[in-house]
Amino acid sequence: MTKVSAALVKEFQSIVSEQNVFVSEAERMAYSYDAAVLEPVMPAIVVAPTDKEQLCKVVKLAYENDMPITVRGSGTNLSGCTIPSAEGNAIVILTNRLNRILEINEQDLYAVVEPGVVTAQFAATVAQKNLLYPPDPGSQAVSTLGGNVACNAGGLRALKYGVTKDYLMGMEFVDYNGNLIKSGSRTVKCVTGYNMPGMMVSSEGTLGVFAELIVKLVPPPKASKAMMAIFDDINQASEAVAGIIAAHIVPCTLEFLDQVTLETVEAATKAGLPVDAAAILLIEVDGGHVQMVEDDAAEVVAICQKCGARSVDMAKDAAHKNKLWEARRAALPSLARAKPTTVLEDATVPRSQIPAMVAAVNDIAKKYALRIGTFGHAGDGNLHPTIMCDRRDKEEFKRVEAAVDEIFDVALKLQGTLSGEHGIGIAKAKWMEKETNKATVDFSKNLRRALDPKYLFNAGKKVL
Amino acid sequence: MADVKQLVSMLQELDDNLVGCMRCGMCQAVCPVYGATFQEGDVTRGKIALLENLAAELVENPQGVSEKLNRCLLCGSCQANCPSGVKIMDIFLRARAILGTYQGFNLVERAIFRGVLQQPGLFNSLLDMGSKFQGLFVKDASNVVGTSCAPLFNSIIGDRHFPKLAKAPLHQKYASLDIPAGKSGLRVAFFPGCVTDKMFPNVGEACLKVFQHHGVGVFMPKNLACCGIPALASGDRTAYDKLVTANLAKLAQGNFDYLVTPCGTCTATLKEIWPLMADSLPADQREAINRLHHKIMDVTAFVVDVLKVTLPEAQTGGKKITYHDSCHLKKSLGVAAQPRKLLQSNSNYEFVEMAEADRCCGSGGSFTLKHYDLSKTIGQRKRDNIVQSGAQVAAAGCPACMMQMMDMLSHNHDNIAVKHVMEVYAESL
Ligand SMILES: Cc1cc2nc3c(=O)[nH]c(=O)nc-3n(C[C@H](O)[C@H](O)[C@H](O)COP(=O)(O)OP(=O)(O)OC[C@H]3O[C@@H](n4cnc5c(N)ncnc54)[C@H](O)[C@@H]3O)c2cc1C
Ligand code: SF4
Ligand code: SF4
Repeated sequence: MTKVSAALVKEFQSIVSEQNVFVSEAERMAYSYDAAVLEPVMPAIVVAPTDKEQLCKVVKLAYENDMPITVRGSGTNLSGCTIPSAEGNAIVILTNRLNRILEINEQDLYAVVEPGVVTAQFAATVAQKNLLYPPDPGSQAVSTLGGNVACNAGGLRALKYGVTKDYLMGMEFVDYNGNLIKSGSRTVKCVTGYNMPGMMVSSEGTLGVFAELIVKLVPPPKASKAMMAIFDDINQASEAVAGIIAAHIVPCTLEFLDQVTLETVEAATKAGLPVDAAAILLIEVDGGHVQMVEDDAAEVVAICQKCGARSVDMAKDAAHKNKLWEARRAALPSLARAKPTTVLEDATVPRSQIPAMVAAVNDIAKKYALRIGTFGHAGDGNLHPTIMCDRRDKEEFKRVEAAVDEIFDVALKLQGTLSGEHGIGIAKAKWMEKETNKATVDFSKNLRRALDPKYLFNAGKKVL
Repeated sequence: MADVKQLVSMLQELDDNLVGCMRCGMCQAVCPVYGATFQEGDVTRGKIALLENLAAELVENPQGVSEKLNRCLLCGSCQANCPSGVKIMDIFLRARAILGTYQGFNLVERAIFRGVLQQPGLFNSLLDMGSKFQGLFVKDASNVVGTSCAPLFNSIIGDRHFPKLAKAPLHQKYASLDIPAGKSGLRVAFFPGCVTDKMFPNVGEACLKVFQHHGVGVFMPKNLACCGIPALASGDRTAYDKLVTANLAKLAQGNFDYLVTPCGTCTATLKEIWPLMADSLPADQREAINRLHHKIMDVTAFVVDVLKVTLPEAQTGGKKITYHDSCHLKKSLGVAAQPRKLLQSNSNYEFVEMAEADRCCGSGGSFTLKHYDLSKTIGQRKRDNIVQSGAQVAAAGCPACMMQMMDMLSHNHDNIAVKHVMEVYAESL
């Protein structure tokens, strides 16, 4: 039985209609988890507003009744950001019915959307108008733009095009009183008031609830060229990355797969990958002029060869390009299939430290007798060490947890960060002080307390 | 009714498959039910979490889980797209059987699955009577689409626009067939499937015309039973096993190189589900299923891949025709190019793709009977895509999808005919 009184359930129903309030055991259980490997916690009630006014009223009513509030987009975050608080009367507010694209402005290159719009559907819609919305997280087929903002999602194109925060121009959000707060604008420049959209980026549902977003659009590139470089020594791959950047070429993607990942992908796909190589780089350059892109591509090939690449394969046509990218696309699925449980981390280091990080991860894997494949974004140092395990094996999972802690330790020692894009959530909250300091955590708490005096917005996440 | 402890221990047997779900949520992108409701409990991830938590006794009410589990078309879209390779259909079918045993079946289901479907003779004569009397209460709803609604039955079946039961089902014209191989040197066992037999005998006849044209021999034993999927989907494993056993016995009576069906659902059931669910059958039947597996094919794939017929190039200027990828054809069997080739070979038509051609139409066999509103919402999206393609004819390779498309188009008063791929190909011969 839900711990919310029948009268309160009725009040929520009167705001969003009966069919958008869920209290049965099965319905609540379906909102007890997300993509993080953590224990589920059942909310007491789930409410799905269908417009901005309803959203304001729902937040106000929940706050007045001291209910811990977790906002949920598509529940694909990997850090437990949408697992409800363990308090008995927790509410989950769904945004996936707030899914209208309100405006696409082709002259001023922006769009106004509700927070529940699905990333890939939005990208496809603007693409029809020959515009580009660049942030492309691996989960874009299902993730919501609101979730992207709250986690500052990055993607394959981040090196050149940036991450979600670079495309957020303005927003409306609901504060704890249920008021609608407006900040930012449809203009390229805006210094009216505090930069509150900036504050809301990667807030993980702890400061307020987004009701509307204004995002920037850009013209798409006119040409692109993809290639795959194979290395026998991971240091050579790293030198190639440094060399490309030093030559002032910024590829739109610069991805990396280590040997364990190559082996695992090859076992699953039989695509003919070099399983004896230490690493491969998948590189794509793009731009507004065909000749410039050709020149950049040729230079990238030369740099890779100079750094000792065993071979460099340049895509001849769309089909060939597709084939080269297949190895990267298959990375996570192959690692996920190898064992029942997939622990996907995203410790991030300055890009020059990638060889040190990969070596450390391999040592950790040996030390804890685990199989860890590492792939990720070589251009920005955002790596995904992926542990293949079985969470039912309690003893093994203890080793997994110890290994994860050690991976964080190494990343911090290498002057990196806990998380490049997956977020802090429940999973990494206890590590915050280690990366920063006590004053930073206290400052964050004060900020949070000012905007959420009862500590109800996503309690237990981000800052403890 | 079994006790909860027993239910829990049966569900725990699914654990090895359940644990493979990494909760990534990517199934939200393809699940047609989720696409209509946006409810996590309706998407694969939610259903798997519910089963897992029921097995772990974190959820107490099996009825609630069962209801969620049944809000599913068994379309396989999620399995085909799951990055973690979870054996979702395996989980769903077994879980339905476990929950079905726990809850028991209602009288109507028992009568249908254990009585009528088990006796093809009885099933046929009941429906034969139905087709004679239906004129009394079926009025024409839309001539082009060829459907009719039965206001009298609205309370039971909603306001569906189904095709009339055929005046003469296929089995009445051809009780059985035993034609030797012709110039192709090949002979097929022809498994028309219930919907072809009772609703669309013309589809069966089109297939027979094609076989004759290409010199393919045909073996069709009398009174083939239902493929079993409606019983299995309702969790009635006992009834399902009996249907498989009956069909195996019939099929053992003749020799053939391939077993073909014009029904995507039947093909997928025979080829994929029969082996998957063979563990409760005796050894000789399991072997028979294994031997059959390699022979079973969709009829359009047979014509294109085995007969390797030379087909004329696609033409422009004819009636516009579009194609809906039945889930079981494309996602379970990988059949997508072959039906398109056959459609393009008929110079009276110009082939146009619709958007989201491989998005489920919302039929899903008995799903449409139990969840008609949901089925209609999903079907409306298919209908909108068909209409936007500008096609005058919509083709499919599965009679169940054809019924759903007819229902949707007719409800919207669209002047768009629905045909089976084999009808269009047969017209060109
Ligand atoms: C297979 C896979 C691949 C992934 N690849 C990437 C990747 O390449 N890059 C990357 O950055 N991430 C990636 N992720 C992580 C995740 O998909 C992203 O963080 C995504 O942005 C989450 O979106 P969502 O809609 O699922 O949000 P949810 O998971 O539902 O929510 C995430 C957070 O956002 C908050 N939130 C959601 N909506 C609102 C709102 N309207 N107002 C306030 N707060 C809100 C929630 O409270 C929560 O704290 C991946 C995940 C998976 C499973
Ligand atoms: S796509 Fe597969 S692994 Fe991911 S949540 Fe759905 S069923 Fe689970
Ligand atoms: S089989 Fe189809 S309807 Fe059922 S959960 Fe999977 S995608 Fe959804």
